[in-house]
Formats: sequence, C-alpha cells, structure tokens
Amino acid sequence: MANEQQDTVNITLNGVEAAVPKNLRIIEAAEQLGVGIAHYCYHPGLSAPAMCRMCLVEVEGAPKLAPACVTPVAEGQVIHTESERARQAREGTLEFYLLNHPLDCPICDKSGECKLQDYTHAEGRKHGRSIEPKRVNGQDDFGGDILYDGDRCIMCTRCVRFMRELPQDDRLCVVQRGHRSVIDTFYDHGVEGNIWAGNIVDICPVGALLSKDFLHKARVWDLDGNASICPNCSQGCNIRIDSRDNLAVRLRPRSNADVNSYWMCDYGRHRYEWLNVADRVEAPLVRGENGQLQATSWQKAILALLEQVRAAQAGGAEVTVIGSPFYGNEDNGMLARLATMLGGGSMTFRVEQADEEVVMPGFPRLARRRDLAANVRGLEVMGFSRADGAPASAGGIVIALGDVLDGAPEDFAVSADLFIAITPKMTATVRGADFVLPAATFAEAEGTFTNHEGRVQRFWPALQPPPLARPAWQVLGVIMAGMEEGGTAPATAGDAFLRLGDWHTEFSGLSYDVIGSRGALINDTVQLPAGAGRGS
Amino acid sequence: MAYPYAHDSEVRVLSTHFGEPEARTLAGWQNRGGYEALRKALGMAPDEVVEVVKSSGLRGRGGAGFPTGVKWSFMPKDDSRQPHYLLINADESEPGAFKDRELLRWTPHQVIEGALIGAHAIRAKHVYIYMRGEFFEPAQIVGRAIEEVYAAGIAGPDMMGSGVGIDITLHLGAGAYICGEETALMNSLEGRRGQPRIKPPFPAVVGAFGKPTTINNVETVAAVPHIVKHGGDWYRQWGTEKSPGTKLFNMSGHLVRRGNYELPLGFSLKELIYDVCGGIRDGRSLKAVIPGGSSVPILAADEIDIAMDYESVAAAGTMLGTASVIVMDDRTNMVKQVRRMVDFYAHESCGQCTPCREGTAWLARILRRIENGYGRMEDLDQLLELGANMTGTTICVLSDSAAAPVASSIAKFKDEYLALIRRGESAAVAV
Repeated sequence: MANEQQDTVNITLNGVEAAVPKNLRIIEAAEQLGVGIAHYCYHPGLSAPAMCRMCLVEVEGAPKLAPACVTPVAEGQVIHTESERARQAREGTLEFYLLNHPLDCPICDKSGECKLQDYTHAEGRKHGRSIEPKRVNGQDDFGGDILYDGDRCIMCTRCVRFMRELPQDDRLCVVQRGHRSVIDTFYDHGVEGNIWAGNIVDICPVGALLSKDFLHKARVWDLDGNASICPNCSQGCNIRIDSRDNLAVRLRPRSNADVNSYWMCDYGRHRYEWLNVADRVEAPLVRGENGQLQATSWQKAILALLEQVRAAQAGGAEVTVIGSPFYGNEDNGMLARLATMLGGGSMTFRVEQADEEVVMPGFPRLARRRDLAANVRGLEVMGFSRADGAPASAGGIVIALGDVLDGAPEDFAVSADLFIAITPKMTATVRGADFVLPAATFAEAEGTFTNHEGRVQRFWPALQPPPLARPAWQVLGVIMAGMEEGGTAPATAGDAFLRLGDWHTEFSGLSYDVIGSRGALINDTVQLPAGAGRGS
Repeated sequence: MAYPYAHDSEVRVLSTHFGEPEARTLAGWQNRGGYEALRKALGMAPDEVVEVVKSSGLRGRGGAGFPTGVKWSFMPKDDSRQPHYLLINADESEPGAFKDRELLRWTPHQVIEGALIGAHAIRAKHVYIYMRGEFFEPAQIVGRAIEEVYAAGIAGPDMMGSGVGIDITLHLGAGAYICGEETALMNSLEGRRGQPRIKPPFPAVVGAFGKPTTINNVETVAAVPHIVKHGGDWYRQWGTEKSPGTKLFNMSGHLVRRGNYELPLGFSLKELIYDVCGGIRDGRSLKAVIPGGSSVPILAADEIDIAMDYESVAAAGTMLGTASVIVMDDRTNMVKQVRRMVDFYAHESCGQCTPCREGTAWLARILRRIENGYGRMEDLDQLLELGANMTGTTICVLSDSAAAPVASSIAKFKDEYLALIRRGESAAVAV
C-alpha cells in the first residue's frame, strides 16, 4: 500500500479528484481519466515539442497556461481543461491555424478524419475574421508514395520527428522560419526508398501529407472496415482494413505496444489489392459424371465429398495437405486435424522470403520480417513443414487451402485420387480439382494469426465474402464432423480456436477472451525483453 | 578620445576605454589593469567569487534583470555532471540595442576576463561566446583577443599558473534574432534549429549539450572584473538599492547626440533625453519613447519623468530591458513605426508556436493595411484581441514582445490609428 502511494499522485481534473501514476504528463493522465485534450504536435509515439499550443490547460497556481503534453502531473495539482481561459486560448489558437489554411475540405482526402476540422467544429469561431490574402506555399512531391500540401500544413512537425526518431533517417526538415516555414526534403528523392515513410500520412493531423495511392480514391466517411492483422509478413502488425463498396482501399496501423507501436511498413501497407480477389469461386463445385465441375449446394457437395473420402480411405490412400500462411490458426489447425483423422501424411506450406529483415531502429521490435506471410509460425506449431519450389503432384487424397497452388503444374491433380481445393479463387490448377469449395479470405472471416515471436492475434472480418463462400475452418469442421459418429462442427471461430488447444499444447489455455485485442503468446514462447529485435 | 559623445553625468566603469584602439590589445589592456581581477578570482574558491558578485547586486543586463550571483548559485556545486558551460550571449539583436557591440569592439579583453571569472565561479571548463552573425568587426576583434589570451597562458589548461583550466571559444551565429533567447542560443550552438526550448528543465540543470549551463549577457560579464577587483560594496555606490551599479544606455532616434552613455541605474529618463543627449533634434518636440528596446511597451511624451532602474520602469508599465532607448519626435507616424517593429518580429519568429508564427504575420498585415488607408474600425479591437491571444500562450516571449507595442500604441496613440482609418474611409467615399 505504501508503495502504491509512492507511485501515484492525487490530482483534480475539471473538479474530479483522482489518483494517477506519477511520471505521467497531464495529457496522458487526462486520457486515462477519460478527458480528451486537443492536440496536434503531441503524439504518444513521438517526442513532445509543445509547439502547437492546442493542449494549453489551466493549472491553478501557475501564472501561464501549461502545455499538457509536457507538464508532468504533481501532487495536489488542480487542472482545468474547460475553464474560460483554456477555452479562449484554444479558440484563439484555432483562429491562427485557419488564418492561412485553404479550407479546401471538399477536395481534401483527410476531410472527415482531420483534427483541424474536428477541433474547429467543436470549439472554433463560427466565422473567420481575417480579410488578408492567404499565404500560398504550394505542393511538393516528397517522393515515394507521399505528396505534401504546404498550404494545409499546420507545422506540427510530427512527420519530421517521426523520420528522425523512429526510422532514424532524417529525410524531412523544416525550412525557413516564422510564417514562411514549410516542411521539405533534403534531396529530390525525398522519402523514396524508406520503407516506414507511409506512417507520416497517418500521423499528419491534417491533409498536408497525402498518399498518392489513396489520393482522391474515397471520402473517408464512405469507408467501412474493421480491425485486422497485416497479412504481408510474419511481424503481424495490427492494422485496420478500410474498404469502400467491399473493396479494400487502404491499410492503416492500429496501435499495439507489444508488436508495432503505432506504425507499419510500406511493404505491408501497399499490398492490399490481393484482398480484393478476382475470379472468385462463387459456389461449391463438384466434378460431375460428365467430368465437368458443376455448381451445387453445400449440403450436396459435403455429402458427396464425405462419400469419396471414405472410399479413398478404404483404398488406403496416402494423404497430402497443403496449408496456407495467409489463413488463420483455426483454418490450418482444422486442416492439420483432418490430415491426422485420415491417417496422417505430408503436411507442407510455402512462403515467399525477402532477402533481409528491415528493422525500425527507433522501435526495434518492429521489422518487416523475412517470411512474407502472416501465419508461418502458426503453421509450424501445428506440424506443417516449410517446402520450397512449386507444389509437386501427389497421389491419394490431396487437400489444399487457399490459393497455395499458384505456380503448380497444370497437371498437378492428375495423379491424385481425390483432390479437394478449399479456396477463394479459381485458377488453372484448381480447375483440375474434384471438389472446389469456396472459402472466405482471412479479411472476410474472423480468426487468429501467430506471428514470428509466437504472439496469437485476432482479426475480424473487414470485407463481405460472396454469399456462398464460407470460412475454411467451418468447411473443414463440417467435413470432420461428418467423418465420426456424433461429431460436431465448431459453431464459431472462437470454438474452432478452442479446439486447437486440445490438439496442440502451444494453444492450450488460450481463448479469444485471453488473446483480447493485444494478443497473447503461445505457450512455448520465451517472452522477449522489451525493445529487443528478433534477428537482424 | 571621447566616444562619440561624452557627458559629465556619466560614470564610466565599463566604457572607460571606449575609443582607445590600444585597449583592444592584450598589452594595452594589461596596462589598464586588465586581468588583475582574473588573477585575484583564480586565487579564490568559486563560491567566494559567487558571493562577491551576489553582494554587488549585479543584475543581468540582457533584459530580464535577474541577479547574476543568484543565477550562478543555481549551478550544481558538485562536479558529478561535468562539464559545465558558460555561454556569453553576444547575439545582440534587439532593435535599438547596441551596447554589447561597443563592449566587444572596444574592450574585448574586458568581456573575456569577465567570462573567465564567471566560468571559474560556476566551475565551467568551457566558455562559448555566441556572437551574432552580422558582427563581423567585433568577431575579428574578439577572435584576435582570444588568440592573445591563449598565447599568454591566460586561458587554456593552466591559467596564469593557477592550475585552473578554462577554454574559451568564439561561435558566430547566422543572424537570427531568436538565437538571443537563451535556449534557442543553446540549440543554435549545438547545431540545431534556433528554436527556444521548453522550460523546465532550466539551463542550470539541462543546458548546452545536456549539461548544466549558465548564460550571461556581454554587459553583465563585463562588469564582473570590476566587481571582483573592487568588491560588491564599491559597485553599490551607484544605482539604487535594488538596481545597483552602472548601465550602458543606448540612445537612438530623434536625438541631438545619439550613442552609448554609461550612467548609474536610476538616472532620470527625462534628464537622459534632454540633458545628456541634448534633447530632440531639429527643434522638434517629443512624441514617444521606447525605454528598453523594441520588445517593451511604449511611453508617451508625458510619461517620461521616471527613473531608469528596473523597478521604476516596471512601475510605469513598461520594462528597462536592455536600456535601449528609442526616442521618437512629433513627426513620427506611430502606426508605421509599430508596423515596422511587428514586421521585424514576424520575420524573426522561429515558427514553432502557432500563435507567434501566424499571429505576428497577421498583426503585420493588418497594420500595413491600416497604414495604407484600408483600415476598418473593427481592426483595432481585432488587433488587441489577437495580441491577447498571442500573449502568454507560447514557449518564449517573442510573441508577447510583438503584441506589446501594438497594445500600448493603440492605448496611447489611438488617434493616429483612427486618423488613418478615417482618411481611408473618406477616400473610399470620395471615389
């Protein structure tokens, strides 16, 4: 108890008394207490220069308003964020911000998620008083994916500090001074080639930094989306998939202090088009007596499949399953279990590898990993082995998950007795299958990935699958339930995940509740010390 | 050689040898008693030196008037966070101020001697003289003087055989007003953008290169050798109880005899203008006085019957600042005068804090519009409101300094604003 008293201080915030951890800054303490303090230059992942002057709050006894982003909490401190002085300061400062701002919200990509818009609507003056001509700084191409609009810029310098502190690659700086200040690059190539540069668009509180890829693509209020995990390497950055009309249009990082802080790399960020799968398998397809694939209902397809599996099993067929590191633990786990039920056999997966890891120096836990898929560790835990080269044709029962057969020879299926493809996408190889079952992609389903360090993290459906596509765990679960007396299929992804614990001790004790939004380590994993990068 | 004007009221302590070229050389300075005070100080414990300066009541001459001895005593007494640094602020850029330039030009050794004594007092091993980029001639003179003191063993590893080692380096800025602000000065010295830092931490805790640092004005350290030599009570024979000593008054504007005059603090401003400087030139009458450099509120002609010490000037609603007195006669267009000052601040704002970055430029634009005859009545209230929003809301006080002359000129010379606005309005009607 005494210890606890030493670690907290008592403050009064807007008349409410509270004990907060000491060493916090007022803005952080207020956030913990549910009081938002307007800010531009402060970002929890960056140093605080206290220069935007939006977070000025009244601290009783202090002659001047105090910047909440750098002022530490202190015992007995009495803070007012909504006093007349504080409110007047914010209104005054907002007027300064709008003085030279072009107010081109109707054509600005940031409109709708812009802090200048939000704060001005909340607390700004109704009408501007300036009749002076506006300063014009113009636009600049910062290289790579980044455009800079100097007229919209509010000089919070988050982008400059990000490049200096996180990638530790000073590509941006403030040039000139006073009201002539603009952000600029040192050389013509700008931020080109820095894999972390895309983050400056996310942290720009206004529309000054723009993504060329997202430029004029959508109004943000037209976007849907959900929390997910970046599928493009084994780091497992927490992201949000934003979509418009059920097409993914951008990926943005979500904060997770254990994995990616507030950041993600451009390699992952820009690989979202493949989530918008073309050539979808729209319905369960079964090879008919005429030798052609024919669409049918799920019920008929599963019954026919069970019949053929039993026949092949009776013939003592060997089993080959090919997992996918772009599918969740649930999907691959069910696939592995099915292989075991069928007597065991070859279990492989393939993953593309980059030449090297790209570590973020300012947050070394974060790197673009060499394995360019999300669930490599999960597959390894469940007994799949890494294979090189294109999948070779195999005999017996072959079950493939996802579009893992890209690059496989067209006669891949010829030697198989029974070839089952559970996949979202129709390809030449899949066309040779006996059963083509339409699966949702990870982005269309709920599930978990296990990242490079063994952290299991949840993702949620961000896109709508076609009406007849089903999550792979569900398809596999129904098949398995049909193979044993009284077998039941998991009803939800959470159920499917719980079953993994029965089959693999690494997952035992974990559940969706335990994993929560920040993830949980699988059981064989040694906790990495904070800030340690894995390999370099 | 009188420099450039002299007056019987003057008490010359720092400026005794102004106008004597040989005083710039080490030999010439030593012939005038130079470096005796340093030898004496090196024989004293650092804390003893601090006590002597404390007893003199010397206050910082850079504008804020903080007691120098007290400032020195904030430095850590233990050596655990060495090196300490002493920075000499020679970035004199306040419009109206030209005292440090003359001290550096004529008496470089006086400044160096004071700096070395100060460094000894705060246990600093290195002194940086941060000099304004445009000070070409002072930089040459001080640079030569530093070479001389190194050659003579006065600075360097074993100063005058005392065993104390202090280095001294001249650093030229790049011509930014804001780098005269002590934390911006430290940033600039370190090779960063010249932008003020947030305080706390204060420089005595985390200063230049992250080490305990004291920043003193040129005129402040120039007084130190005399105090060490003659004692604190000797220095207190001039000036007032709270503002002891002498001060260089930089007199500029519409005066008969402009220039630097060294006078005891507490000297009458009226006498300074009409007696010492010979009154307003061309037989004109006085309109306004800025008593402490452009950053302080303006005094109207009927408000100048005050004593020029820190307390009395503050009581009159303005500040002694650097005692850089700008005198304006009855022909002065106050709106234009204020606009030019605000233009200066808009140009020199570092651009960190939004109220300053945007506010200074906005004030300047409104003032220029009024000056050009396009003013509106509501502009006056708006100027005052903007000024209020710029005051106390920024990291440093540049923003406040830009707003102060606007507010004081509107309060005291509203008629001139109104005349310009009305003239503009009537012209518009005529068209």
